[in-house]
Amino acid sequence: MPQSHIMPGFRPAISFTLVYLSLIVLIPLSAMLLKTFQLSWDEFWAILTNQRVIASFRVTFVSALSAAAVAGIFGFIIAWTLVRYPFPGKRLFDALIDLPFALPTAVAGIVLATIYQPNGVIGKLVLAVFGVQIAYKPLGIVFAMIFIGLPFVVRTIEPVLQEFDTAMEEAAASLGANRLQTFIKVILPNILPAALTGFALAFARAVGEYGSVIFIAGNMPYISEIVPLLIITKLEQYDYAGATAIGLVMLILSFILLLLINLLQGWLRRRNGQL
Amino acid sequence: MSIILNNISKQFGDFTALANINLDIPEGELVALLGPSGCGKTTLLRIIAGLEHADRGEVFLKGSEVTDQPIKNRQIGFVFQHYALFRHMTVFDNIAFGLRVKPKKERLHETEIKKKVHALLNLVQLDWLANRFPEQLSGGQRQRIALARALAVEPSVLLLDEPFGALDASVRKDLRLWLRHLHHELNVTSIFVTHDQEEAMEVASQIVVLNKGHVEQQGSPSDIYDHPANAFVSQFIGHTNVFELGQQDTFWLKNSGLPTPETGKVAHVRPHDIGLDKATGEGAQAILKDWQHLGALIRVELLSKDADGGMTTLFAEMPNEQFKALQIDKGDKVAVRIRHAHWFH
Repeated sequence: MPQSHIMPGFRPAISFTLVYLSLIVLIPLSAMLLKTFQLSWDEFWAILTNQRVIASFRVTFVSALSAAAVAGIFGFIIAWTLVRYPFPGKRLFDALIDLPFALPTAVAGIVLATIYQPNGVIGKLVLAVFGVQIAYKPLGIVFAMIFIGLPFVVRTIEPVLQEFDTAMEEAAASLGANRLQTFIKVILPNILPAALTGFALAFARAVGEYGSVIFIAGNMPYISEIVPLLIITKLEQYDYAGATAIGLVMLILSFILLLLINLLQGWLRRRNGQL
Repeated sequence: MSIILNNISKQFGDFTALANINLDIPEGELVALLGPSGCGKTTLLRIIAGLEHADRGEVFLKGSEVTDQPIKNRQIGFVFQHYALFRHMTVFDNIAFGLRVKPKKERLHETEIKKKVHALLNLVQLDWLANRFPEQLSGGQRQRIALARALAVEPSVLLLDEPFGALDASVRKDLRLWLRHLHHELNVTSIFVTHDQEEAMEVASQIVVLNKGHVEQQGSPSDIYDHPANAFVSQFIGHTNVFELGQQDTFWLKNSGLPTPETGKVAHVRPHDIGLDKATGEGAQAILKDWQHLGALIRVELLSKDADGGMTTLFAEMPNEQFKALQIDKGDKVAVRIRHAHWFH
């Protein structure tokens, strides 16, 4: 006899979940896998070991990781400011954080490119003061990725900071800790798991980002060409199998990285006694 | 004097939390700051700790002024109402925290820290919990770990904010006695905040009664109970029957042996200062409405007639044996004898 669950609706709920996952995620992904299998191993290997493809992978993952890291730090500071300090216009500022979610990414890309290009408002300044060009260089890719990744970090850290028991800080101070010690030993360990989640989300978003990046990247092969662009290029040349092959590898690499971040988080939680 | 407060005042917007508090607390005392909620007791404790700053007035700890010193320079141990244990650290690391954040020159060697933490864990009788995380502990255990953590830095003053507030009644009873004994052992000047007068009476060696930002009375528990300074203290500490002469029949109050006051016209009578006799007819001043068994004592609920025909309830308490000997029950008429009263305006 099947055991009845204490929660009603287990069967419809699991059925819905499975159908949804199949239709939206699993079937399209397996279609991609099947398409890739049209290639022989040698063809597959040839596509992947192509210098231009390898370079684009390097550009994408290095940019995405550094962008997620910067977004992680900036996002933490912004979340901290929003939670801890009252200031005029706070509500408005808070609403502005989500704007990159809503903006069409192409618009964001064009705006960023216009401002950061060598004779744009900020680009001119940066070029004059630091001698660094942002737009149409790999650095431009990182800028676009920070822009789209930041809201993820802010929104994951904010609730955790809000819940943080400030009495812990007072306790640390009463035990003789200075502000830096309190921050490093008490606040940071409690915020780190959430910050990692924000980092992972920002990273995942950045890896797949296409719209905003291509307008600011310059798209020079070997230098500032991202993987999604390469896939589009292949598609435009009707090389569907080649496009899916690159897509598949990108998926696997992203999955492995996200899994690693997840494991790190789990380890942090266990170490901190949050089972 | 270990702690001296000079004219401390604190305002939150329009609300006066504390008004000109003056307090001297001698070395080695265990003091209860007692008062109803909103009386400013926690604010006062936080001002002594340096977690809050007074608008006016000075704080002296061990003879030196610390009014403008931040908490970390005041050498105090603070136990928070909800313990505020570091949830990402083990019990051991929690207690070691204060020792490990000291500047390098003063910091003990890690082996000595280990020894000291285990000594503290033994002191609070929880050595077997060293490797647990706070979330795995019961409320009473957390409380004791919070205390051990505060004691680790060898504070000159120990401050506790509602130390038993978040605990079950039975755990609370145990911990009260334990805290009192621990204080005897360590003899560090301690202040704890409470709204529970029983707790203050049971644990403290000195009680400071606060009300609406003022100190109503300071003294030993016996002092405060036997000689309340005013009507508020008398009513707040223990149970009291209040008789307002002029409104109520003074006839039986006089009849019951109470001397007419020279000053004041409100009489406060403790339930155990009321004696009863079985009576009939003229001699009876009240009817026994109900009685409850409180353990060693019986509480008797009496109804007496006012001058204007209304009824007043009063409470008397007496030992079991005495009640049995009286052989009275619900509905019986009784004569009331008042042995002692406090008079207030």
